[in-house]
Amino acid sequence: MIPLQIAALLMAGVAGTTVVLIRDPLRMTIVNTVFGLTLTILFLIFQAPDVALSMIVVGGIAYPIVLLAAISKVRDEEKGE
Amino acid sequence: MNRNVRIAVFCVAAAGLAALLVASVLDLPAFGHYQGAYGNQLLRETVAERHTTNVVTAIVFDYRGFDTLGEEFILFASVVGVTLLLRAQKDSEDDEHVLRKAPDDMTRSDAVRIGGLVAIPVLFLLGLWVVAFGLVTPGGGFQGGVLLAGAIFVVFLAASFRAYYTLTPTEWVDFAEGAGAAAFALLGLGALLAGASYLHNFLPSGIRGTLESGGSLSFLNWATALEVTAAMLVLFSEFLERYVAPVQRPLA
Repeated sequence: MIPLQIAALLMAGVAGTTVVLIRDPLRMTIVNTVFGLTLTILFLIFQAPDVALSMIVVGGIAYPIVLLAAISKVRDEEKGE
Repeated sequence: MNRNVRIAVFCVAAAGLAALLVASVLDLPAFGHYQGAYGNQLLRETVAERHTTNVVTAIVFDYRGFDTLGEEFILFASVVGVTLLLRAQKDSEDDEHVLRKAPDDMTRSDAVRIGGLVAIPVLFLLGLWVVAFGLVTPGGGFQGGVLLAGAIFVVFLAASFRAYYTLTPTEWVDFAEGAGAAAFALLGLGALLAGASYLHNFLPSGIRGTLESGGSLSFLNWATALEVTAAMLVLFSEFLERYVAPVQRPLA
């Protein structure tokens, strides 16, 4: 394994752990997109550009939007009570 | 169970998982030394046979087209599920009614508006490019489709819910979603008419490394792009309409 691959793996590991450690859902969503970016870089370094593109659109567009909608829904319900 | 017992149980489980992971990683073939026969054969023959320089797309829409048909309908079914759940709770409102009730949520930050105005055409063009050139360079209908939907979603961020909702009339988006999924399945039938098996490539392979390569797989690619774009827009619309639009944005 070349150092670049090791660095990419470590970066994804650190970012993934950070996502788990954050407790506030809104911040977690933002940090999760950064985690998605580290995974994208990881896939690119391991020469899987198609998967990297999928990761960008899932991690950067589709997943955060669904999460944000869910968070907004939960906050409204909390306010209502 | 008190805290110490929980931690002890976690440590045992984590050590076991770590041991299994390390053992399986050590047993992986070295990077770049793929062992399977099927993949190597595809790598040797795809470019000569289908004239597509991106072998991944050729596998997704041609050699493994039937798997992708399944994926298309997983997406289709899950979007239909979300729609059923969220629309059932509304009192069968039509688009006009939703728009009349929509809050005045025009984005007031000039920076966001101008940034969005720049991002929309860039994202849209990038999306079209990723779809169209999916046969030649990395990309394809799935990734490009989400980008196209993302470009339209930025209209909500940069302008307003009203603008987004006017741009994506429910009946058109619903129709596009079904049409994309149906086009994929019907293109498979085209192969049957041509005397081949279902979803077999039945058009000439075209010129190597250009947009005119891949035969029918390029049409399957565009059908997927339509399906994915519309599916994402349906999801966005349902979520926005239900959860986000009723909340007035704070005045900036």
